[in-house]
Amino acid sequence: MAAHSQPGRPNQLFRNLNSKIASIPMILTAVVIFLGGTIWTVTYSFTNSKLLPRLNFVGFEQYERLWDTPRWIVSIQNLATYGCLSLIFSLTIGFLLAALMDQKIRFENTFRTIFLYPFALSFIVTGLVWQWLLNPEFGVQSVVRSLGWTSFTFDPLYNSDIVIYGILLAALWQGTGLVMCLMLAGLRGIDEDIWKAARVDGIPMWKTYLFIVIPMMRPVFVTTLVLITSGIVRVYDLVVAQTSGGPGIASDVPAKYVYDYMFFAQNLGQGFAASSMMLLAIAIVIIPWAYLEFGGRKRG
Amino acid sequence: MNANVSINKSNSVSIRELSLSFGSVTVLENLNLDIRDGEFLVLLGSSGCGKSTLLNCIAGLLEPTEGQIFIKDKNVTWEEPKDRGIGMVFQSYALYPQMTVEKNLSFGLRVAKLPKDEIDRRVARAAGILQIEPLLKRKPAELSGGQRQRVAIGRALVRDVDVFLFDEPLSNLDAKLRSELRVEIKRLHQSLKNTMIYVTHDQIEALTLADRIAIMKSGVIQQLDDPQTIYNRPRNKFVAGFIGSPSMNFLKGELADEGGKPVFKTNGVTFSLAGYETSQPLTAGRKVTLGVRPEHIQVDGDIAGEVHEAVVEIEEPMGADNLLWLKYAGHTMSVRIGGARRYAPGTKVRLAFDMTLASLFDAETEDRI
Amino acid sequence: MDKTLTMAPSVTSATSRLEAGPQGKRPRKVLSSRNIIVYGLLGLAALYYLLPLYVMVVTSLKGMPEIRLGNIFSPPMEITFEPWVKAWAEACTGLNCDGLSRGFWNSVRITIPSVIVSIAIASVNGYALANWRFKGSEVFFTILIVGAFIPYQVMIYPIVIVLREMGLYGTIYGLILVHSIFGMPIQTLLFRNYFVSLPEELFKAARIDGAGFWQIYFRIMLPMSLPIFVVSMILQTTGIWNDFLFGVVFTRPDTYPMTVQLNNIVNSVQGVKEYNVNMAATLLTGAVPLIVYFISGRLFVRGIAAGAVKG
Ligand SMILES: Nc1ncnc2c1ncn2[C@@H]1O[C@H](COP(=O)(O)OP(=O)(O)OP(=O)(O)O)[C@@H](O)[C@H]1O
Ligand SMILES: [Mg+2]
Repeated sequence: MAAHSQPGRPNQLFRNLNSKIASIPMILTAVVIFLGGTIWTVTYSFTNSKLLPRLNFVGFEQYERLWDTPRWIVSIQNLATYGCLSLIFSLTIGFLLAALMDQKIRFENTFRTIFLYPFALSFIVTGLVWQWLLNPEFGVQSVVRSLGWTSFTFDPLYNSDIVIYGILLAALWQGTGLVMCLMLAGLRGIDEDIWKAARVDGIPMWKTYLFIVIPMMRPVFVTTLVLITSGIVRVYDLVVAQTSGGPGIASDVPAKYVYDYMFFAQNLGQGFAASSMMLLAIAIVIIPWAYLEFGGRKRG
Repeated sequence: MNANVSINKSNSVSIRELSLSFGSVTVLENLNLDIRDGEFLVLLGSSGCGKSTLLNCIAGLLEPTEGQIFIKDKNVTWEEPKDRGIGMVFQSYALYPQMTVEKNLSFGLRVAKLPKDEIDRRVARAAGILQIEPLLKRKPAELSGGQRQRVAIGRALVRDVDVFLFDEPLSNLDAKLRSELRVEIKRLHQSLKNTMIYVTHDQIEALTLADRIAIMKSGVIQQLDDPQTIYNRPRNKFVAGFIGSPSMNFLKGELADEGGKPVFKTNGVTFSLAGYETSQPLTAGRKVTLGVRPEHIQVDGDIAGEVHEAVVEIEEPMGADNLLWLKYAGHTMSVRIGGARRYAPGTKVRLAFDMTLASLFDAETEDRI
Repeated sequence: MDKTLTMAPSVTSATSRLEAGPQGKRPRKVLSSRNIIVYGLLGLAALYYLLPLYVMVVTSLKGMPEIRLGNIFSPPMEITFEPWVKAWAEACTGLNCDGLSRGFWNSVRITIPSVIVSIAIASVNGYALANWRFKGSEVFFTILIVGAFIPYQVMIYPIVIVLREMGLYGTIYGLILVHSIFGMPIQTLLFRNYFVSLPEELFKAARIDGAGFWQIYFRIMLPMSLPIFVVSMILQTTGIWNDFLFGVVFTRPDTYPMTVQLNNIVNSVQGVKEYNVNMAATLLTGAVPLIVYFISGRLFVRGIAAGAVKG
């Protein structure tokens, strides 16, 4: 059909003009900050910028140096340990708590308020509280020792080998409430008739959970997984507050590495390279997820 | 293609070669429709056939991909909804929940910055016509469904427009309210005499309200005619099956010649076609479908002409009517008889088919012969 | 990509289901062994969650000598509010010794405008995306949502440069801008999904009535969206108050928000550690989000479920 059968069609640019004007902040944020900023950082990660960003390309040199830096390796190892354990524990604990909460209990609101309040607190507050609780001189260790078990040792924040578990403890305290809430919402979304049917068939409760309910909650698990993961890669404040990356560099994480190189070590190129690696880590999780969730159904 | 379209002066709304697609899905294609001044036109069709889409195009809420729309001889294809001289009533009422009935009615007028006394005058008039004066100070949440829909109609009324668009306005109401409001809308049309385009998938509404009915199927108008013609002379098998409840009986068979006269044969049974009006030759051997409405079959009594014999399978008494399901010549057929006449299953009955009101459709094209 | 956008409402609707009450098997006897296990486990978990708060409170009410002698779980023998006073008015960060109060007021000055600006922008964005789509609007929105997953570290330095160019680096205004930017994805998603959930016919009716973009926003949509504004306010207030990274990157010591100042007080290497003051300071910093949390109750749950994408 010929295009000339559209006389008087107003200029497309001015259609919905108000909407376009109102969306300028969003467009600027999306394009300039999110897209532009990301491209900028990735581009400059291939330069040897030091104190100031300079377009002096050096190829993959920054990345090579990055993977030769013991501190970065420690950060990555910490992130891997912390990430895996944090995923496993928060999903397990969150689901178990949600399952318990779903047993037609009384005081459900009270329990939910208790489990969720740490999530309202900042990572700084969380880190400082747990720093205090895990203080070997006054905290849990000293209390247990004063009860008679004098050889009891529990000082994760002062022991390089287990410091990351101390951080994990605090992170779980802060974040499992949220996972519990998401899981509970997922459980409540399951048709009550499923329970009736399972009961009629005489399937024990734990089997119903394991083989019927959990598979049905796949979308909730996936969403939660993505959320936890993107939080894990960003973990920063908690470490700063709880250990400042110590003892030594034992509890360093990538986000802190980036920050220190950008703003203290005045080695911008390293910071950019490290942050690009963080981006890569996120992409590895998000892209397959996005593909599975949306790619299959819509066009492809 | 010729872009110079001439439009009939007595048309209130004209739609020319209208196409609309959402991405790759084409909802309307090359649609032409002329609606006369003061006409009550009903758009009837199954769910998802594009009725609302067409209405939204006329209202200016959707932009057509191709084609033009004229209202009162003015090309409004690219006009804003407010400048088209239309009012619209929605299925879900769409009343502004935070405003009182009065504010709901006057919102459009206030937006247009009409003088206060003019607004009051128009609101009072609309409220008077629809008898909703006592409700003016209430919020929509405090109204019944029927009252809400009256207010929604009032909102179109105050705009003093030439064309009213209704998108299934009665679908959310219960059966009793629906028939009440249906009469009210008819009365409104008779007193206001403006053009109304009314979308529904309720046949009764369509048949009772319409001056003309447009039957739509997947974005294409199948037939545009007055209710009588639609009912008795459906243009194709889709229209025939769509209108009428229970639906028309369809018998698959072929035409034959018996003693120089055309007949219809199916599974060894012959129906005389005497009285069937058509301009096409009824050539023997042509595969066709015979359509007969349940009320166009006579049962027992003093029936004239050709008589067929069948067995009652199921009886469905429906008060005023009694519906018989019969087995005949390998087909299941429904027949409507008076409510007082009862037949037990298994009873043998004699049938006569009224061929003047029957329809023949080509087996392939499904068009009326 | 359109489905990302519907992820959160499915969570929201699940939350309302969550509010509808439990559905699992019903308990038979009050004191069945099953009940004992269920309540026992829940009680134990509750203890784990409550203990840190308890320890914070009792520590902040003890004097230093008592802390050195006793154990952290024992209630104070002698309640003293001096640590609180000290934390608020005297604790030292670097050279200043005027306590957390400065950080508190900085945080107030940062949070209030940030919340207002970010919600204003996001609600208009969400409205435009829900009701006034234009060519490309979904693309920008998709970038925005994907951007929510990008680690902040990737974008921080370019923003530093932009703010420096604008002369806003190190000022509260710069930080407000940053909070508005990073709050945008989730807030826009929240509002967009809310506006999408409103009946479309309402919007159509308003357009037929001749109302334009802003008239529909202010006169039809806003009055109907109070709940979502409250949810979004809760989310933004706690989120911005709790922020540390942006505060430390984009402000200077005299405009540091409370979290940054708290961290500096507690983790400063000089001087004798005053644990009671530290805990009082920590509680003071946590007080605002905790109060918001306890007051808002279920709305908070709704908010985090809808806004969980923030991670
Ligand atoms: N925004 C949209 N995007 C994509 N497809 C759409 C959109 N709106 C409608 N459609 C499709 O267009 C077709 C026609 O829709 P329309 O709403 O006009 O149907 P309808 O005849 O009014 O149906 P109903 O009787 O159920 O109201 C449907 O198949 C629908 O799926
Ligand atoms: Mg419709």
